[in-house]
Amino acid sequence: MSDVLIRAKGLSVGFPIGGGLFKKQVLKAVDNVSLDIEKGSFFGLVGESGSGKTTLGRALLKAAPITAGGAHYSDGEVDYDLENITKDQLKDYRKRAQLIFQDPYAALSPRMTVRDIIAEPLEVMKLTKNRQETDARVREIAAKCRLNLEHLRRFPHAFSGGQRQRISIARALVSAPKFIVADESVAALDVSIQADVLNLLKQIQSDMGLTFMFISHDLSVVAHTCDHVAVMYLGRLVETAPTRKLFAAPRHPYTKALFSAIPSLDPDDRGSAQKLVGEIPSPTNQPSGCKFHTRCPFAIDHCKQVEPKLETDGTGHDVACHRWKELMAPQAA
Amino acid sequence: MTALIDVENLTLKFRTDEGLITAVDNVSFSLGTGEVMGLVGESGSGKSVTAKALMHLNAKNAVYTPESKITLHTESGPVDVLSLKTPRELNIVRGGAVSMIFQEPMASFAPAISIGKQMVEQLQLHGDYTKEQAKRWSIEMLDRVGISDAPKRFEQYAFELSGGMRQRAMIAMALSTQPKLLIADEPTTALDVTIQAQVIDLMKDLVEEFQMGIVFITHDLGVVAQTADKVNVMYLGRMIEEGPVREVIRNPKHPYTQGLLAALPKLDDLDSPLTPVPGDIPSPLERPSGCVFHTRCSKIVGDICKAADPKDRVIDETHKVACHIYDEVPA
Repeated sequence: MSDVLIRAKGLSVGFPIGGGLFKKQVLKAVDNVSLDIEKGSFFGLVGESGSGKTTLGRALLKAAPITAGGAHYSDGEVDYDLENITKDQLKDYRKRAQLIFQDPYAALSPRMTVRDIIAEPLEVMKLTKNRQETDARVREIAAKCRLNLEHLRRFPHAFSGGQRQRISIARALVSAPKFIVADESVAALDVSIQADVLNLLKQIQSDMGLTFMFISHDLSVVAHTCDHVAVMYLGRLVETAPTRKLFAAPRHPYTKALFSAIPSLDPDDRGSAQKLVGEIPSPTNQPSGCKFHTRCPFAIDHCKQVEPKLETDGTGHDVACHRWKELMAPQAA
Repeated sequence: MTALIDVENLTLKFRTDEGLITAVDNVSFSLGTGEVMGLVGESGSGKSVTAKALMHLNAKNAVYTPESKITLHTESGPVDVLSLKTPRELNIVRGGAVSMIFQEPMASFAPAISIGKQMVEQLQLHGDYTKEQAKRWSIEMLDRVGISDAPKRFEQYAFELSGGMRQRAMIAMALSTQPKLLIADEPTTALDVTIQAQVIDLMKDLVEEFQMGIVFITHDLGVVAQTADKVNVMYLGRMIEEGPVREVIRNPKHPYTQGLLAALPKLDDLDSPLTPVPGDIPSPLERPSGCVFHTRCSKIVGDICKAADPKDRVIDETHKVACHIYDEVPA
């Protein structure tokens, strides 16, 4: 086993909502999540909208409040407990952990040149001593993201979606981070460009020895880029495994349903998939027992009452389902 | 299957400060009843503009060439869509015989008017409904597209519904006037895969039930494979390949179509690297000479691609490709 960069233990994120003076309700966006992200890995996080994947990503960047449990960050130089990090530590952590956003059209200021956009983190965090050093650093990172000097002088509106996403990546990389959360970073791009940006992320990761958390709702993209995948549903981890294991033999009915919902490229393979009915329940009104029982075709009474724990089988393939073993048996398939 | 719409030599330019910009270049296709056509291409390929032309819905600075012709076949005879002028005449292609579903359902509903009121309004505009009848029919349509508790949803506002539910309401609204032709512009792109699968199923059922034609715009070839009967691939305003869905997906002839398919992550082969189509789609202000795709084509064969505009080559009756070298490109 290689080193763990981030270890979350019972991590929960809650947001207070509505209610009167005496009955404060809390919306649990992330609920008791434990996971290890290994150094140098490409960690995928999948789930529908509303599953809490973005909130988990932000909690690990200390950009969402951690209400219970915690996460430990350790990159060999520093050790931080994210749940009670000090102000000075947090300042340093911001350098080490960065975020790439989903929408490259909204993420870049239209009034700044590309050079200024990329240089801004350096200036704000005072990472360089003078302008020459800043420029050199910007140029170096821009070249890594295949942006040339001419590009640096222009404004974002002159760029296509793929180019803008490369600018966002350059901005995230400029402070030489160790950990990057990429939140749906290719979802807004055309397939032809998407492949290009994914290849770029992969290359940067191996060149610079980064650790990525890759948040996506597109399982086929995750399958191609990530080493390890975690599946979330209503704030819970329902399954986590090395990518190949997960895709070869998914165990949780939710993971299976996500797989079968991917539109097949074979026109003769229409409608054969097992489709999921209904939608993800509101997090303010969560089902009892297993959160997935309202949509699960295999739910039994036990599922409605008792919440399943994440079971570890020792090979790194964990699943939270009461019935996964019987469902994996050949006759159930 | 009878003819529904014929598009011939559609060329559409936009007048801008920088001059005339070609958005659609000499595009022809036709669609019959009960047929689903997938219109595929990157952003900027002109697919939405083409679809909007079918409703004569493009902005005021759009210029159609005199050769452009769109004929809609209705029960009361053929309609020349591009010659329609007054709002009254245009009614037939804007919600009457032709309806449209948009990508972002949140942006397509008025936020301060209830879903029901919007549905009733358009029904009364296009048909002979009393308020009561329109309401009953709207609720029935909401029910038909799988919205639970339709009478309650009828009273609600767009923000109260989830994304999938909103898209269903959008579909119910578009279909309630019983159009002959439905234009669906990326209707599933903003949805989760699980909800996307539900919406695709719903649309397939509805085609069967109402026997309408659908122009399905998407950039997702997987969605096309699951829904369409035939596929038209667009690039920079040109129709570069068209054919039956099985043909185009299994046996693509144009290097661009092949590139789009190669760029897709495939679940059954995790080891194969993702191959992007190199470069970006050029700005419509800088349309390449010759074959519009030559600046990104990996199979370019010298000067002919840069100089001459490839004509449609017929592979068989239904499968056409606009490429100089299609027969030399291994499938």
